[in-house]
Amino acid sequence: MPPRSRLHVPSPPARPGQEPDFSYVQISPAGAVARPDVTARARDIEDLALQMVRVLGDDHRAVGPWNPHLEPEELQVGLRHMLLTRLFDDRMQKIQRQGRISFYIKSTGEEAVAVAAGMALTPRDMLFPSYRQQGLQVVRGRNLVDLMCQCLSNTRDMCKGRQMPIMYHWGSGNIFSISGNLATQFPQAVGWAMAAAIKGEDHIAASWIGEGSSAEADFHYAMNFAAVYQAPVILNLVNNQWAISTFQGFAGGEHNTFAQRGPGYGIPGIRVDGNDFLAVYAVTQWAAQRARQSGGPTLIEHVTYRAAAHSTSDDPSRYRPKEEWRAWPLGDPVERLKDHLIALGEWTQERHTALEKDLEAHVTACWKEAETYGTLSGGPSLDPLTMFEDIFKEMPPNLARERDEMRALRAAAQASGQSAAPRAHEG
Amino acid sequence: MARMNMVQALNSAMDVMLERDPRVVVLGEDVGFFGGVFRATEGLQRKYGEHRVLDTPIAEGGIIGAAIGMGANGLKPIAEIQFADYIYPGFDQIVSELARLRYRSAGEFAAPVTIRTPCGGGIRGGQTHSQSPEALFAHVCGIKVVMPSNPYDAKGLLISAIEGEDPVVFFEPKRIYNGPFDGDPHKPATPWSSHPRGEVPEGHFTVPLGRAEVVREGRDVSVLAYGTMVHVAEAAVRMAGVDAEIVDVRSIAPLDLDTLCTSVCKTGRCVVIHEATRFGGYGAELVASVQEQCFWNLEAPILRVAGWDTPYPHAFEWDYFPGPHRVAAALKSVMEAK
Repeated sequence: MPPRSRLHVPSPPARPGQEPDFSYVQISPAGAVARPDVTARARDIEDLALQMVRVLGDDHRAVGPWNPHLEPEELQVGLRHMLLTRLFDDRMQKIQRQGRISFYIKSTGEEAVAVAAGMALTPRDMLFPSYRQQGLQVVRGRNLVDLMCQCLSNTRDMCKGRQMPIMYHWGSGNIFSISGNLATQFPQAVGWAMAAAIKGEDHIAASWIGEGSSAEADFHYAMNFAAVYQAPVILNLVNNQWAISTFQGFAGGEHNTFAQRGPGYGIPGIRVDGNDFLAVYAVTQWAAQRARQSGGPTLIEHVTYRAAAHSTSDDPSRYRPKEEWRAWPLGDPVERLKDHLIALGEWTQERHTALEKDLEAHVTACWKEAETYGTLSGGPSLDPLTMFEDIFKEMPPNLARERDEMRALRAAAQASGQSAAPRAHEG
Repeated sequence: MARMNMVQALNSAMDVMLERDPRVVVLGEDVGFFGGVFRATEGLQRKYGEHRVLDTPIAEGGIIGAAIGMGANGLKPIAEIQFADYIYPGFDQIVSELARLRYRSAGEFAAPVTIRTPCGGGIRGGQTHSQSPEALFAHVCGIKVVMPSNPYDAKGLLISAIEGEDPVVFFEPKRIYNGPFDGDPHKPATPWSSHPRGEVPEGHFTVPLGRAEVVREGRDVSVLAYGTMVHVAEAAVRMAGVDAEIVDVRSIAPLDLDTLCTSVCKTGRCVVIHEATRFGGYGAELVASVQEQCFWNLEAPILRVAGWDTPYPHAFEWDYFPGPHRVAAALKSVMEAK
C-alpha cells in the first residue's frame, strides 16, 4: 500500500457516561522544579514549560525553591478572596436561574488563577482579564454592589446598560474593560505595556486568556509583539481543559504544553499548577520582577479545570462526564489553601465555617443594596436616551437627530398610553 | 412535509446535502460532538463521522481560511461562525480571499464555501451577540449574502447556497429560530408549527438565490424587509391599518431588483426596514436602487426604519429594536405625504 494521509481528529479522554481520565496531565512533584534567576535567558530555561511548578504538597506543606514564604495573614487574605469569589459566583448563578439577570459566567475551581496572580502584582499594574477572572476585582477591593449592578444593567451600572453581565471595567482600579469577543485583550495588554516602557514607568501589564481562545490570531500577535519589544507584560494562559464543548486538544494541547509556545517566540514559558495558590503567586512574582527589570514578557500556563459550565447558556453534561471535576488531580484551590493554613496551625474548620457564613451574609447584603438601584423588570431604570452617548466624545448630528426622534417616539407613546419599548425580559 | 422550526430546517438542509454529496463537510466551533450552541448541527457528526463534521479550534480566521483551502481542493465546506458578532477575525479571509479567489486567478481557482452565522438581537445578547452586519458583506464584490425569514426558505436557500459554486454568507436571524417574532416581547412566543412556512419538505428542494418574494400583496405601500423584520412588518401593517405589500428581500446580494421595483412602481410608496444600524446600512442600497427605477411612480419619499446608529445595548434592546410601532409610524407618514 502506498502511504496516504489520514485526518487526525483530537478526541477527549472521556465523554458523558465514561470514567474521567486525566492521565494526560503531566504533574511534577511539589518542590521539584528549580527556580531560575529572573534574569535567565529564555532559551536557558525552556524546561520550565514542560514541568509543573508546584509548592503545596499532598501533606499540605509548602516546599521547594518556589515557596513565596508568605505570612499567614496574607494567606488568610488570599483564602478570603477566593472564598468570596466563589460565593459571589454561586449567588449570581442562582440569581440568573431565577431570571433576575440575563446571563452569568462562573470561575469556580479557577479562583487561584485570578486571586493569587492579582495579589502578587501591585495595585498600579494594569490588568486585562478575560470574562472569567472576577477574582481580580475582589483582590483589588471592588465593592460587590458595583459588580452586581453591572449584571443588573441598572442605574448604578458602570457600563450604563450597554454590556452583558460580567463585562466589567474599573478605571481607577486599573482593570481594563472586558470584551465579549475572545482574545482581543491579549495584544492590547502588550500595547499598554509597550506604552509604559515608552513612558519609562515602573508598572507592568498582565492579561488572561483561555487555552481555547489562544487559538485566535490575537494570542499570536500578542506573543510576537511582546517578544519583539520585550514588553513588560505577563501573559497568563488559563488552561481549564474545556472551551465550551471542545477539550484542550482542539486548542493544540495534544502535542505540546501551552507554555511551550513561549520559547517558540523567545519568551520564557512557565507551566504552573493553577490550583496551587502559592505556586501561582510565586510564578507571577517571578514574571513581574523580570518584567520590571526590563527582562521582558513571560507566558504562564495555569493548569486548572473549569468546574462550572462555560456560562449559564451551557450544559456540560452533554459533552463531559458529570463528576469529572471530582477526579481532577490538582484538586480545589480553596480547599488546598485552607488545608495548608490548617497544617500551619493558622486556621481551623470552625473559623472557615464562620468566614463562609460572614461572606454569605455580605453577598446577601450587597445583593439587597444592588437591587435598590433597579432590577431587570422593575425601576429605577437608566434613561434609554443615554444609549446615544459615549459613541463619540462629542455627539455628531446624525446621532443627535436619532436621539430626538427616540425622545419624540417615547413622548408620543406615553401620551397614547402604550409602552414604546416594553421592558419585559425575553419570554 | 414535516413541521420544522428554523434550526431543524437548517439541520435538515445540511443533513440532505451531507447525504447527497460526499464533498460536503461542516466545520466550526462546537458543531461536532456537541451539535452547535444553537443545536443546528445536532446529530450530524454521529451520522456522518468526524471527518465530515469537524469541531475546530476557536479561531474564525482559521475556520474560514481552512474552509477556503478545503473548497479549493474539491470539498464543499459549510463553516459555522457561532455568532455573526464573532465573524470579524475572519473578515480578511472573506473579503480579500474568499470573495476574490475566482477573479484574481481568472477562474482557475475558486472556493465554494458557505458561511452560516446567527445574527440579530432580541435575546438579551448585548453588543457582542446581537449584531446584523449584512451590509458589510453585501458591499464586497464576489460573495452572495442571504437572510431567510422562515424555516421553508431557510432550508431551500441553504441547499441552494451549498449546491452553488460561489461563496455565500448565510445569516440566520436567531430571534426567529423557534418561531416568527413580530417585535412584541410581551406576547407569548408563537412556534413555527402554527405558521404555514413551518411546513418543510423532508427531502431535497431548493429556493433559488437572487429572488425576493412578495409575502403579502397590497396596493397602498410597499414594505421591503428581510429576516425577523418580515414578521415585524406584518404586525406593523396590521397596526397601521394600511393595505401594504410586503416584499421579503431574502437574497441581499445578488438583489432581485425586478420584484422590488414592480411592487414599488405599483404602490407608489415604499418603506425599507432592517434591524441593522441605519447609517451606511443596506437600506440605503435598497432606497437608491428602487428610486432609480421608480422615481416617476413615487408619491412620497422612501423612508427607512432601522436600528439606531449605536451598538446594541443590553439594557435597552427593545428601545433599540425597530419594532412595529416605529414601522407603523413610518407607514402612516408615507401614506400622509402628498
